[in-house]
Amino acid sequence: MSDPILQIDNLNVRFKGKRTVHAINDLSLKLMPGETLALLGESGSGKSVTLKTLLRLLPEKRTGLDGSISFDGTDIMTLSGKRLRSYRGGDVSMVFQEPALALDPVYTVGDQIAEAVMRHKGVSKSEAMATALDMLTRVRIPSPERRLKNYPHELSGGMRQRVMIALALACRPRLLLADEPTTALDATVQIQILLLLRELQREFGMAVIFVTHDIGVAVEISERIAVMYAGQIIEEGTTREVIADPQHPYTQGLLAANLHDVAKGTRLDAIPGAPPSLETRPDACSFAPRCPLALPACRAELPPVRTPGPRRRVACLRAGETIAAE
Amino acid sequence: MAQVEAELHPQAEAAPKPQGYWSGVIRRLAGDKVAMACLIVIALLILSAVFAPWLGLADPYRGSMIARLKPIGTEGHILGTDEQGRDMLARLIYGGRLTLFIGLMPVVFAFFIGSALGIAAGYVGGMTNTIIMRVVDVFFAFPSVLLAIAISGALGAGITNSLVSLTIVFIPPVTRVAEAVTSGVRSLDYIDAARASGAGALTVIRVHVIGNVLSPIFVYATSLTSVCMILAAGLSFLGIGVRPPEPEWGLMLNTLRAAIYVDPWLAALPGVMIFATSLCLNLLSDGLRSAMNVRD
Amino acid sequence: MSATDMPTRTKAPLLSVRELKKHFPIRGGILGRQQAVVQAVDGVSFEVAAGETLGIVGESGCGKSTTAKLLIGLTQMDDGDIVLDGQRLGPDLSLKALRRDIQMVFQDSYASLNPRMTIADSVAFGARVQGLDDPQGRAHRLMARVGLDPDRFGGRYPHELSGGQRQRVNIARALAMSPKVVVLDEAVSALDKSVEAQVLNLLADLREEFGLTYIFISHDLNVVRYISDRILVMYLGEVVEVAPVDNIWETPAHPYTRSLFSAMPSMDPDNRTTKPPLSGDPPNPIDPPSGCRFHTRCPMASEVCKRKHPVLGRMAQGSPHWVACHLHDPASGHPKAVEEAPA
Repeated sequence: MSDPILQIDNLNVRFKGKRTVHAINDLSLKLMPGETLALLGESGSGKSVTLKTLLRLLPEKRTGLDGSISFDGTDIMTLSGKRLRSYRGGDVSMVFQEPALALDPVYTVGDQIAEAVMRHKGVSKSEAMATALDMLTRVRIPSPERRLKNYPHELSGGMRQRVMIALALACRPRLLLADEPTTALDATVQIQILLLLRELQREFGMAVIFVTHDIGVAVEISERIAVMYAGQIIEEGTTREVIADPQHPYTQGLLAANLHDVAKGTRLDAIPGAPPSLETRPDACSFAPRCPLALPACRAELPPVRTPGPRRRVACLRAGETIAAE
Repeated sequence: MAQVEAELHPQAEAAPKPQGYWSGVIRRLAGDKVAMACLIVIALLILSAVFAPWLGLADPYRGSMIARLKPIGTEGHILGTDEQGRDMLARLIYGGRLTLFIGLMPVVFAFFIGSALGIAAGYVGGMTNTIIMRVVDVFFAFPSVLLAIAISGALGAGITNSLVSLTIVFIPPVTRVAEAVTSGVRSLDYIDAARASGAGALTVIRVHVIGNVLSPIFVYATSLTSVCMILAAGLSFLGIGVRPPEPEWGLMLNTLRAAIYVDPWLAALPGVMIFATSLCLNLLSDGLRSAMNVRD
Repeated sequence: MSATDMPTRTKAPLLSVRELKKHFPIRGGILGRQQAVVQAVDGVSFEVAAGETLGIVGESGCGKSTTAKLLIGLTQMDDGDIVLDGQRLGPDLSLKALRRDIQMVFQDSYASLNPRMTIADSVAFGARVQGLDDPQGRAHRLMARVGLDPDRFGGRYPHELSGGQRQRVNIARALAMSPKVVVLDEAVSALDKSVEAQVLNLLADLREEFGLTYIFISHDLNVVRYISDRILVMYLGEVVEVAPVDNIWETPAHPYTRSLFSAMPSMDPDNRTTKPPLSGDPPNPIDPPSGCRFHTRCPMASEVCKRKHPVLGRMAQGSPHWVACHLHDPASGHPKAVEEAPA
């Protein structure tokens, strides 16, 4: 088995300020080359913060960071200057939720892609433009020659997201980070973008971390799913394992709340309460206050991480028991 | 019911205690050292101006030909005397009365008139907005100094005319800010929700709009007071504002400018007062803006 | 279509909407001349029976939110009729009275509450405006009913609450007017999934307890399917299909409805979606296509679809399933019409 392309060990991210927020708590994650992982979680679970940490985009003064992140054997936490710049956008690139905000409104689509290619590959403008054209073709934009000269506001939402993807993939990154790239899109457009990302992933062979709050989207895009709650990964496994056999009560609750094939009129098994505010570092199971299966031990200490299979883990004392059994 | 309550229990305890909006603003402002220092300076200036006759100062109008341009620190005249031998300390403190009055009142008037116009334009929109805002734009075509001079010049010198001209100068910027803030609030769902409960336009404006737009307009207006003071002093300096022998900082700066080679420190005193006051007003308005920020 | 022959399933609808129309002019240039028209809502008709929940689905720009705003008069309609309980808006029913009987819950729980007003005052505001007795008492009772202890939460400000709690406040505020109809415009869409389920349970309980009629607008088909009795599908300002939830779920008739359903994530890792049902984005409602507005994206489109505008009609005699598509009208001249139409 080859080496992982990305390995995160015991990552902690803490935002300092009037109120300290422990956004990421002891997160470890391993990603193999060419793998597609969905980071699934609700708002405030730390999924977007994880992505920003990977790109070292967090404001350094206000953030307390420890743990290690290594990308293809390189320590990311100590990168700086030129090497950090070539890592960002060169080795790893990102697709954002709002392409309207992530694309620069005063440059044409072609110029933006070409600029990124010139910066990272050091090629001439005409070569970079040829790459840009090629990329627009690959993201299936109709009449790409004409679109090169368009400004972002002249494109529809779905087209802009395609451009965003073209821009992210133009330098052939080995890891693509996608932060809810389909959330702002209409249903019929969302599925097009998901299928496009799947095809491009196969074509380019890069690894993908896809952040989403929507289980359905995670199933469509990923081979593996990591479920986040309160800044921790509470369950991880292949998509098939997590969907067919969710072992953490939170994952089970999320799947039920998706309402897929829930009969009309039945009462929903809602997870009560709301996620914790994370002002203090969790010293017990963060989900225990909302968990129907919680035992006194769950509130007293951090839950054990069980590994029911290879690369499968659940951070729960009562892993595998179902809520219905209660 | 019991179940719903139970569902909410975990986060209910974490929520902070209820607190009034203004008590929060005052608490945050009190914690801002710079703003508090400025507030104290301005309060002292206003108090000394208001109570000037009872402070046992020399007569600010009575000059003495033999005691002209005494330097700072002279016995009996701590801050010296001006070119007509009048006591500088008394004139500066009495001068604060007029200067602060003409510096603040136009902004107060402009705040009320401009807010009313801006809120009406922003809330009603359409034709009303177009008419009000285009008229405002006409005034924007002239630099404020020029506009103040032009109006004052047309009306003639005098305190009332200075007040009128400065008020006219400050209505357009206040209106523009009020309009922008109001159209922003107007598009929020809680205004729609209030309309959807059957409330009429005046009720919606009174209950939901004013409270949310007034503080940003107020903060903006406080930042205008320093400009207004300088403009008022400028008008007097040019001789189209307050007329001699009234003590007023701008006018004093003008009459003392001939003495700048004799005693530059003395000649600069009214300028220092103008500078210090407008700086304090500016810093206070900055502090007020951050204190009024609810979500923090 | 005659006025009495509307997509409904009962004889006496609580709310009936006829030929609702709203075109927004787009002005430009120095003189603000009209340059184009957005046909946001173009001839929308439907009826809702008392106690029923009508789900409205569609993509952005389909006019579902504009329809909601037209219903409570937040946007003035260009044309059409709203009849509530037999009374027509205008001649029989004042806008103020309509706004007591129809209330709305918005998507953004924070923007829909006045940040400078306590929760209790926000809930009581409407009752106070309408001159209902004891607004404060009403507010307290309803806050308790939606699961917020009035003594603990009444004096708080919106930013001190979580998103789920704020949306409960918005629901209480709507109910404080004792409305007959509540329009829920993406009311649970911004909530986290786990909180969304709590609020859906609450909405179901309240519907039962107060005998409410809901118009539930959402882009999430799973949620709409769960809560609605009937589903109305909109595309570019028009109704393309209305039917009871089971009918439409099992046999979606309009090609657009089918595409919408097959665009839903499969939830089955072994059986993922392989082909997007539609290509491209929804067209701009500024210049909607001629004939059937869906023909530019429709896999079944034929010549007639470009020319002739399909009319909303029953799938079969007496059927509660209505669709606006030439495929289901044997007389339309669509080559595939006959095989598609039910016998």
